Amino acid sequence: MPITETESAAEDISTEETKPSFIEEYAPIAKDGLWNNNAVFAQMLGLCPLLAVSNTVINALGLGIATMMVLIISNMSVSLIRNIVRSEIRLPVFVVIIASAVTAIELVIHAWFHELYLVLGIFIPLIVTNCAIIARAEAFASKNTLGKSFFDGLMMGLGFTLVLVALGTLREVIGMGTVFANAHIMFGDGMQWMTIEVFPNYEGFLLAILPPGAFIGLAFLLAARNYINQKQQEKNKNQKQQALNLEASAV
Amino acid sequence: MKAGILRNMIMSALLLALFAGLGTALVMSTFEATKEKIEASEKANLLKNLNNIIPADSYNNNLLDNKLIVPVSTQLGKKGPTTIYQAWNDKTPVAVAFSVISHDGYSGDIKLLVAIKASGDISGVRVISHKETPGLGDKIDKTKDDWILTFNDKNLLIPSRQKWKVKKDGGVFDQFTGATITPRAVVSAVYKALDYYNYNEKKIFLNQAEYDKL
Repeated sequence: MPITETESAAEDISTEETKPSFIEEYAPIAKDGLWNNNAVFAQMLGLCPLLAVSNTVINALGLGIATMMVLIISNMSVSLIRNIVRSEIRLPVFVVIIASAVTAIELVIHAWFHELYLVLGIFIPLIVTNCAIIARAEAFASKNTLGKSFFDGLMMGLGFTLVLVALGTLREVIGMGTVFANAHIMFGDGMQWMTIEVFPNYEGFLLAILPPGAFIGLAFLLAARNYINQKQQEKNKNQKQQALNLEASAV
Repeated sequence: MKAGILRNMIMSALLLALFAGLGTALVMSTFEATKEKIEASEKANLLKNLNNIIPADSYNNNLLDNKLIVPVSTQLGKKGPTTIYQAWNDKTPVAVAFSVISHDGYSGDIKLLVAIKASGDISGVRVISHKETPGLGDKIDKTKDDWILTFNDKNLLIPSRQKWKVKKDGGVFDQFTGATITPRAVVSAVYKALDYYNYNEKKIFLNQAEYDKL
């Protein structure tokens, strides 16, 4: 149903319907997930796995993708049942859905990515406790169509993965002087060439790999994000001011 | 009015039960679908670990099937039984491999896999799991440093029993800059494994039925 809805919305642009176009509807979701309302940057959710598993790029990527899969599954399931489930039992139902999805994905990782499973260990089952997932189920999926909820899960998950990978890259480069170390645990034995030594014969910088390095790295990322946002705001302000000045001079 | 509330409650409960059932069904079917693959992955992983310390071309039996389960052995740092994997080349014993746990690490247990050749020399040692400090104690891990290879071909005569220590304690094994406790724990655990092998040399290549008769 939701798909036909959006399709017809896309067709209706020419007839000047009030329904928003496909892009108008979906672009804000992407922007929200990746930047404006990013799970880590804006909502500050899911920090425990973020800080614990971001010591290498591969670990970060593994957990990020697993989290994204759970987000997509839970968002889609919640959206499908949003009209059936009464509000008083919706939270327990969401919890059941998320827990089942996480367990299923844990089994899949255990079966096909055994070494990744050994590295990520307890942090796969702990995806259940990532508040970003239930937050999206409650705030978005329970009020939106299947297509939109899927897209929101994808974008929120992607936003979370990107921050994880950014922090992982930062910590791995500074801590060990490499990128994509142990790539084989995720992509198979043929992919060991992916490991790049950024600084050959690097002695390593222990602080970056240890937990404090995660906090410091995250702080730097947040500072960078705030700086970009601030610049953006100033630019918008200036543009408005200029427009006003133009109007004033015209009058 | 009352009947309405009751109906609502029952409906909610049924709905919740339905979703619990669906969730369980999903987990169960995934479990069934992945069970064999997980088992195979675990076996493959174990065999890979074993082949790192017993060269695959030195034996021709099925390493994972020729195993001997021996009861509790505190010497190996365990509360439960230990599985000993035996490598054979036709009828000639080649080597055994078993895991050892050290409780003397800097943080938490260090689990090692030790392989000893039938001659009594060490074939290889690998750390399977540990929680030692990254950058300091984790050099016992083969992926971080080659230190663990210094055990290769050592036995109870070379070096002598008194020299099975880190250099700081008057032995022959290197410690790491800034970390002595971790290598000390590993050296001691490997020594105990060798000692265990030495003491049980006559029994360790028996099959399970023969061993149980003793």
